[in-house]
Amino acid sequence: MRGDTKSGKRNTELGIRNTESEERKTENVMMSGEMVLNPKIRIENVSYAYNGVLALKDITLDVPACAITVFLGPAGGGKTTLLRLINRLNDLVENTQMRGRILLDGQDIYAPEVDVPSLRRRVGMVFALPLPLPGTIRENVLYGPKLAGIKERTRLEEILVRSLQQAALWDEVKDRLDDPANRLSGGQQQRLCIARSLALEPEVLLLDEPTSGLDPISTAKVEESLYQLKRSYTIVLVPHSVQQAARVADYAAFFLMGELVEHQPGKALFTAPRDKRTEDYVTGRFG
Amino acid sequence: MSRQQVQRIGFALLALAAITVVLPILLVIGNIVVRGLAAINWEFLTAMPKNGMKAGGIFPALVGTLLLTLGTAVVCIPMGVGGAIYLSEYARDTWLTRAIRLAIVNLAGIPSIVYGLFGLGLFVLFLQFGTSILAGSLTLAIMTLPVIISTSEEALRAVPMEFRTVSFSLGGTRWQGIRNIVLPQALPGIITGIILGLLRAAGETAPILFTVAAFYLPRLPRSPFDQTMALPYHLYVISTQVPGMPEHIQYGTALVLLAVVLSMNLVATLIRSYFRRRRQW
Amino acid sequence: MHDTRGRWMEFAIEALIRVLGISTIGIVLLIFAFLLREGLPVFFQVPLTNFLDVRWYPTFGMFGALPLLLGSAFVTFTAIAIALPLGVATAVFVREVAPNWAREILKPLIEVLAGIPSVVLGFFGMTFIAPRVREILGAPTGLTAFTGALVLAYMSLPTIISVAEDALDAVPKSYRDAGLAIGATQWQTIWRVVVPAARSGIVTAVMLGMGRAIGETMAVMMVTGNAARMPLTLDSFFRPVRTMTATIAAEMGEVAKGSVHYRALFAIGILLFVVTFFINLTAARAIFTKRRRGGLR
Repeated sequence: MRGDTKSGKRNTELGIRNTESEERKTENVMMSGEMVLNPKIRIENVSYAYNGVLALKDITLDVPACAITVFLGPAGGGKTTLLRLINRLNDLVENTQMRGRILLDGQDIYAPEVDVPSLRRRVGMVFALPLPLPGTIRENVLYGPKLAGIKERTRLEEILVRSLQQAALWDEVKDRLDDPANRLSGGQQQRLCIARSLALEPEVLLLDEPTSGLDPISTAKVEESLYQLKRSYTIVLVPHSVQQAARVADYAAFFLMGELVEHQPGKALFTAPRDKRTEDYVTGRFG
Repeated sequence: MSRQQVQRIGFALLALAAITVVLPILLVIGNIVVRGLAAINWEFLTAMPKNGMKAGGIFPALVGTLLLTLGTAVVCIPMGVGGAIYLSEYARDTWLTRAIRLAIVNLAGIPSIVYGLFGLGLFVLFLQFGTSILAGSLTLAIMTLPVIISTSEEALRAVPMEFRTVSFSLGGTRWQGIRNIVLPQALPGIITGIILGLLRAAGETAPILFTVAAFYLPRLPRSPFDQTMALPYHLYVISTQVPGMPEHIQYGTALVLLAVVLSMNLVATLIRSYFRRRRQW
Repeated sequence: MHDTRGRWMEFAIEALIRVLGISTIGIVLLIFAFLLREGLPVFFQVPLTNFLDVRWYPTFGMFGALPLLLGSAFVTFTAIAIALPLGVATAVFVREVAPNWAREILKPLIEVLAGIPSVVLGFFGMTFIAPRVREILGAPTGLTAFTGALVLAYMSLPTIISVAEDALDAVPKSYRDAGLAIGATQWQTIWRVVVPAARSGIVTAVMLGMGRAIGETMAVMMVTGNAARMPLTLDSFFRPVRTMTATIAAEMGEVAKGSVHYRALFAIGILLFVVTFFINLTAARAIFTKRRRGGLR
């Protein structure tokens, strides 16, 4: 079982001295200011390396429930890597090392007894490009539930309708559920992918630049559905622009070269950044 | 002479080389079709050979080849596709994987007559299957294995990585992703590879010489432990071992063998081009 | 969510797949082991000098394998000498020069050639080529080393062409653009830039073609006349010759199991196995260096 069991050697020496990381931890808490009470996801001192090159440096961060948390920053800052760590998709990459903990509802998701497929059902993922699986719209939405062992027709039908409605796609596809998914437009495909994740009734939804390939109208539709979804889901979004981040963020975290520069609730990060680098980025001086 | 003239003459020579390669192919096929067609009739295909093979049909050879190909398929399809799945979906880049690849390359290069010797040593004598359909099929299956593994692996690798990632992200295990997404998408390529492998097995003579083939056996085999005639061996026998063989029977047999093999080839090509046009990525 | 029975099934399937993958190594070892088991004892029964002799008369206890070895080498090298220029030229034509329609015709035809059973080509060689060779030469027989090499050349052509084509295909387009940009004609670019860049792949192609030719059995047996003589003189091209493969195929059917002759034939099999093993090893090295890749998987 390549990847699923063997990868992500944890707590291996990354060349960071322990004392230093302890110092950093307190520093981080001070910098980001707000630690949330009972966060949905708690990221504790996570460092991560590909082939010995650090991609994440000692990240500590809380993600509150039922809100949209935005990870922003220039490319290569580690946002996507962190996102993929939260549902253990990075298990599939070889030659990586990780230390630190990621807790979901207080439980370490990298603990050996964790069932990775179940974890991924609780933490859904939507990718930068719409990636419909080969097959029909219906097959795409029901792929996850069927793998999870749901067999009753009525139950599946229910899931199909609910997920497509939640992703604001139902009205557009209800008459052609058995059409090939790749016949949909790009925006529809991406909402289909959201619906596909929602079909598993996840607790957390991770979205990695979900609107990067979409036109403004489709983008607005996806954002609209995110507003609806945050009532019942914990959403982590890597936005495709600072503007989008500012529009949707309930919490925002700024990443630069593998470091978490700052983390603030609400729109404060955009209006009153504490760090000069954050300010430069959100005001468009670089990035 | 200007550079353009040199180029023109050069290209003409290349074209000439290509024609020199393909013209004889057409000549072989044309020659055998034209001269073999006269022998082909219902009786030739469905009757037992008579009179020391100088009359009658080739039915037992045809059936024998069919049975051997089937037997080969039963053994080498699961083994080959399984091995391909391992290499494409599970194997990491380790010394073991490299050893497996090396083994496959070498299996593909072992002469067919050496497979025949191996089959004789292991299946016929050591395991005491005797000269039998079982021993012949197993020998052919092992010979076909590398073809099926490499073509299937190629087909599996052609399926975009993203599909696997998506399946994982939806809570699928590695095997679920393989079974539900990767295998169905790679299936046309795998089937093409299987047909190309089996076609080679169906036309081979050397591996079956000492493991199954009967010189002259005008009846159908009754069990997997029976010997059988087979088309390629039959053609060899009637063109070199039997003096005074009527020419039309030789050409007829060659034509039937050629038709079996080329029609399999055609099916493989059609499957490949049909699905290449239809696939969604 | 996921029932334990499903988990168990999955574990079993994955274990089976792993075993199947690894079993390929086992098969190679098994083949070699059985060849050794049947063939090796002959070296204790017959003195080595006997094998290095020039006479192969097994019925008289003479197992001089040199004529067979040289016969195989002679036919193989002649075949490659014919197939190499033809194959590379065709690959270059198909990949670099041919218009689309010509490619659409050539490629399937070459694939068809790869599919024609060896015994059918042997039959064609016997009935069509050999009589013509005899007429042209005025020789007593058309079943000669040359006839065999000709048939073998065509049998190895599909391998050579397809591997050489892949090698040409792997040459980056920028190389061609660079060649054309400095004012070279397409012809010059092909021979001074593209083909040299694809050199290692073309060597692989030739090695694989050679492996194919040396191991070919039926066609060779049917068209070379099968006289075990040393092909040392120039006229050997147009005299019968006998290869290792043909010897095994022709004689194994008539020997007593376990006899010295039987073991001698297996010993030839060992030799063939080892020779093709090294040919393929050389070819594989090129394949492996090209294959290296990392990333997700």
